[in-house]
Amino acid sequence: MLPPPKSDGRLEKVLRAGLFAVTAELNPPDSADPHDVFDAALVLSQVCDAINATDASGAHCHMSSVAICALLTHAGYSPVMQVSCRDRNRIAIQGDVLGAAAMGVHSVLCLTGDDVTAGDQPGAKRVFDLDSLHLLRAIRTMRDEGLYMSGRKITVPPRLFLGAASNPFAPPLEWRPYRMAKKIEAGADFFQSQYCFDVPRLEAFMQRVRDLGLHEKAYFLVGVGPLRSERAAEFMRDNVPGVHIPDAVIERLRKAPKERKREEGKRICVEIIQQVREIEGVHGVHLMAYRQEELVAEIVEESGLMARRRLSETAPPSSWRSGRRGGSR
Amino acid sequence: MGLARRLQNHPRLLAAAYRANLWLAMRLRFLLRIVGAERADRWLHGPEEFAKRRIFDCRMCGQCILHSTGMTCPMTCPKNLRNGPCGGVRANGHCEVIPEMRCIWVEAYERSQRMTTYRDDLRIVQPPVDRQLEGTSAWVNLMTGRDQARTAGWGEASGGDR
Repeated sequence: MLPPPKSDGRLEKVLRAGLFAVTAELNPPDSADPHDVFDAALVLSQVCDAINATDASGAHCHMSSVAICALLTHAGYSPVMQVSCRDRNRIAIQGDVLGAAAMGVHSVLCLTGDDVTAGDQPGAKRVFDLDSLHLLRAIRTMRDEGLYMSGRKITVPPRLFLGAASNPFAPPLEWRPYRMAKKIEAGADFFQSQYCFDVPRLEAFMQRVRDLGLHEKAYFLVGVGPLRSERAAEFMRDNVPGVHIPDAVIERLRKAPKERKREEGKRICVEIIQQVREIEGVHGVHLMAYRQEELVAEIVEESGLMARRRLSETAPPSSWRSGRRGGSR
Repeated sequence: MGLARRLQNHPRLLAAAYRANLWLAMRLRFLLRIVGAERADRWLHGPEEFAKRRIFDCRMCGQCILHSTGMTCPMTCPKNLRNGPCGGVRANGHCEVIPEMRCIWVEAYERSQRMTTYRDDLRIVQPPVDRQLEGTSAWVNLMTGRDQARTAGWGEASGGDR
């Protein structure tokens, strides 16, 4: 028997049913027009189970994650609200989480957040009142015990599926699985990882994760995305914190003719999805196609994930429960 | 790097010093009741800051967890993380924010591996910082137990305990 669900959201349902989940990151607009959000969401919604609303990622200001979630839930979508500890203290965050649940947000991704110096306003004050583990524990306490961090009572607790980030590709590599274990202890129900361009390194990480039994305690979604060109790849490797891209990947893009580079980047992404799907303990993928959102549908289709999704709509989910995944959580 | 900072690379020695300190502090608690915590803080936080800033670049958060973090001060992390490295650590093990500095959590991990008593303490989920204790003496807070106080919304079982 599975324990009762933590939320009423689609993402948790899909994962609990043993289906391979697909989430995607929405490129937040630099505009006050709600249709920019709806247009971006429409492209993603047909192929994914949840849309991530980023919280000023890379310390660049865009429309806020709370506002994007308000628009998306109003339009009937099921977003994952990202919460970063960089810009708000514990009082502001707990209030936002309560509000998000009231609007119909079912999943929250708890992040420490990139430092202010990564963005275009490096003179801003960094908050970091909490770290990502504090945030996980705080929201779990709000949900499970109906208490604020102070211990004051919440009359109707938020029902939320709690997410955390994982970066299997950054040092200290041997300790990364323990960091994941700590996040699970603090309250993480699912993980969305940093971009994966190095499958062997992910395999080594997942081996440790399985040794520790963590793949049975939380769901793991691998972050993937298409690279536009070798120049974009090099820029990302040098400027986006925590992104690891092996030379072989960059070399492959360099060899592709100019007009085929985008196609090659997409191809690499599709191949990575097909490889990580075979790794035990991987429960889905998280697509981050920054400024290439139009490629998300093609990537999902070409990875063979759509066929499975269409079938799953007609067949009962239980028939699609993969044998290699444990039933009890 | 000064002589005092180099001491940090001997985490076992420092952990032994910590244990001795802890033993002493627990036995001197009666003194605290006589002089009062406020006066003790006035006397002690100067010497404490002097010693710990030289060795650990201590930031006087007032709730010391050095022994649980490989004798490496977590408040020297630019993001003030108390529970381990963020995902932004560079391939060479350096900090995302200050590229010329080694990530303090990479150092904490390496040092903890050389420790015996508190080796696996890095796995403990540490509670949030009580900002009211900033600038006060962690030694006094240890004796009064104030640094161990947990709000009802954090929970008892969450660790961080010695």
